[in-house]
Amino acid sequence: MTDSVTKSSVTTIYIPRDTTALAMGADLLATEIAAEAATRGETVEIIRNGSRGLFWLEPLVEVETASGRIAYGPVESKDIDSLFDQAFLTGETSHPLCQGLTEEIPYLKKQQRLTFARAGITDPVSLEHYQQLDGFNGLKKALQMDGQGIVDEVKTSGLRGRGGAAFPTGIKWQTVLDAKSTEARNGNQDQKYIVCNADEGDSGTFADRMVMEADPYMLIEGMTIAGLAAGADQGYIYLRSEYPVAHQILNEAIAKAEAAGFLGDNLLNSGKTFHLEVRLGAKAYICGEETSLLESLEGKRGMVRSKPPLPALVGLFGQPTIVNNVLSLAAIPYILSQGGQAYANYGMGRSLGTLPFQLAGNIKRGGLIELAFGVTLRELLEEYGGGTFSGQPMRAVQVGGPLCAYLPESQWDTPMEYESFQAIGAGLGHGGIVVFDNSVDMSEQARFSMEFCVAESCGKCTPCRIGSTRGVEVIDRIRNDDNRAANMELLEDLCETMIDGSLCAMGGMTPFPVQSAVKYFPEDFNQPKPAAKGSARS
Amino acid sequence: MTAVNEQLLPVVAEIVTGLKHKPGALLPILHEVQNRLGYIPPDAVPLIAESLNQSRADIHGVISFYHQFRTTAPGKHTVEVCRAEACQAMGARQLEAHAKTTLGVDYHGTTSDKNVTLEEVYCLGNCACSPSVRINDEIVGRVTPEKFDQLIDELRSQTLEVL
Ligand SMILES: Cc1cc2nc3c(=O)[nH]c(=O)nc-3n(C[C@H](O)[C@H](O)[C@H](O)COP(=O)(O)O)c2cc1C
Ligand code: SF4
Ligand code: FES
Repeated sequence: MTDSVTKSSVTTIYIPRDTTALAMGADLLATEIAAEAATRGETVEIIRNGSRGLFWLEPLVEVETASGRIAYGPVESKDIDSLFDQAFLTGETSHPLCQGLTEEIPYLKKQQRLTFARAGITDPVSLEHYQQLDGFNGLKKALQMDGQGIVDEVKTSGLRGRGGAAFPTGIKWQTVLDAKSTEARNGNQDQKYIVCNADEGDSGTFADRMVMEADPYMLIEGMTIAGLAAGADQGYIYLRSEYPVAHQILNEAIAKAEAAGFLGDNLLNSGKTFHLEVRLGAKAYICGEETSLLESLEGKRGMVRSKPPLPALVGLFGQPTIVNNVLSLAAIPYILSQGGQAYANYGMGRSLGTLPFQLAGNIKRGGLIELAFGVTLRELLEEYGGGTFSGQPMRAVQVGGPLCAYLPESQWDTPMEYESFQAIGAGLGHGGIVVFDNSVDMSEQARFSMEFCVAESCGKCTPCRIGSTRGVEVIDRIRNDDNRAANMELLEDLCETMIDGSLCAMGGMTPFPVQSAVKYFPEDFNQPKPAAKGSARS
Repeated sequence: MTAVNEQLLPVVAEIVTGLKHKPGALLPILHEVQNRLGYIPPDAVPLIAESLNQSRADIHGVISFYHQFRTTAPGKHTVEVCRAEACQAMGARQLEAHAKTTLGVDYHGTTSDKNVTLEEVYCLGNCACSPSVRINDEIVGRVTPEKFDQLIDELRSQTLEVL
């Protein structure tokens, strides 16, 4: 209202501190923009927000204006001068890097963001920002309810675990709520645990990382609600050590939440307690498997345990334990604050709510797209992804991580939901989508699947431990055209042995990418292309 | 050798004392030892085993299970190249070959000037801007062979400044 607006007004600039933004130069950029502003006598406040997940535009710089936040990206050091010259601080939109109002960018606007509603908007560790955008409303509701009431709300939501197996979260929570920890062996009475699986080992996935880096309080809130539901007062986030930025941000957020009474003893003066600690993994893919993860948390080698007993009954240190993926827990604050039904109104069939799809690999516009289940892969690849990065035609798409199938173009119209994917022998996993252009050699990809299993098998069962090594050798012979027909048959046998004889999905699913490569891309294995179905043994 | 380890052992003892009360303390202890010393000296194993009331074989078994833990001193900087699928789709195979040639070492090897240790990694969560490389705690995206060389040059010149 004063007339000295131009002199004293502070312009707010947002520059993300997300891993991908940093990997594209965001830190240096923030320093340089601050320096340039100082040189020009402009007063700016730079907020280091999370990413919106529009990774092809990172570093995405946003300027707060009267009409909303205006986006510029991807911004490099060499663009800073021209941005200032073209008055980007006043929201002037003529600069070639200007993307207009951030919220109006179609890639973002068309999404259905429930879990990622705050991502990229706020400073991830600001408790004030979090609360301004509905943060802790779910927790406040949960504090008014009993454990059963909370579990019922989660059941109503239809939420299924987002870590890969798609098991109903409400049922898992019910099991832990009903479990009598006094029956557990350790003499450690009434102890239950909440464990967040933040191992996110699948290539092409980064939604967990984004939650932790862009909106860590949402995960903290989700885990605290889980603690209230099940009667657990201790939680652990098992985080992969490959995520140093997430580690830093989570620790900052936990410390602040504790200091403000959102964590720790006497939560919000309710008399309830919930403690939370981050534990780092040490580069082992198998530690994403829940029982192996628990072994690792206990300070052991990450060897898979046989089930039963379920971790819900005999979990961490022998006590009843909820193990959930980051995205499953991150969906909880919305479900509690808006009601389970509001969440269940999204999705199709038995796949309710939204899935954050992650577009990666050889793709022009890679990033995070949260939509209700049911969108087709082709829509994601074409409308959002905009084709390949290389400009060459797409050839194969691996959906669901390194243990899931490679899909040829004929399958790209399948709706993205659990049952439809199962029907074509594919999986959604954690929602990761990795695109390959026509330069890919699918026999090389198949070989890598086996090689990855060699490196990452926990070693407990022979088909997985030894079979994968044999798999690499057999594929090498096929690639060398050495006794090809016999080796193709051997490979098929080996895959079936691994599927049938492995204790967990590491050995049991490694054959899926291999078999799909053979089936849909036979020419890469020196096989004739028109692979009529009669050729294989049944 | 022994002289060096004698200096290191008090550090290990201090770390173990500080962390052993935690439930499942072994991984936090191993991480902290490696953070402070760069590796886990084999001489530290008996000390850790004794404090946690476990056998040396148990501790050794854990160290060798995880790809991250090492029992020899690394170079000044650790460079990890992502080998996973999203990076493969953007040329990671060529990039890793280039990295090995330029540095003159294979994975887990350290350059002769002790400056860089090369490691493999399976996904850094930067898959939308692949191929990716991690240098110590910094992740870098869209790494071409030229950009890789530039990053290594920066590491080498940093070392010079320190000297
Ligand atoms: C080899 C293997 C790796 C896995 N990796 C992960 C992972 O990185 N993150 C995750 O949440 N779940 C992973 N899972 C699934 C977990 O075992 C488990 O189903 C999940 O953590 C349960 O949480 P949810 O019900 O919320 O999905 C993996 C499973 C297997 C077999
Ligand atoms: S299938 Fe592989 S990873 Fe899973 S339990 Fe067996 S050996 Fe371990
Ligand atoms: S696959 Fe390389 S960063 Fe994810």
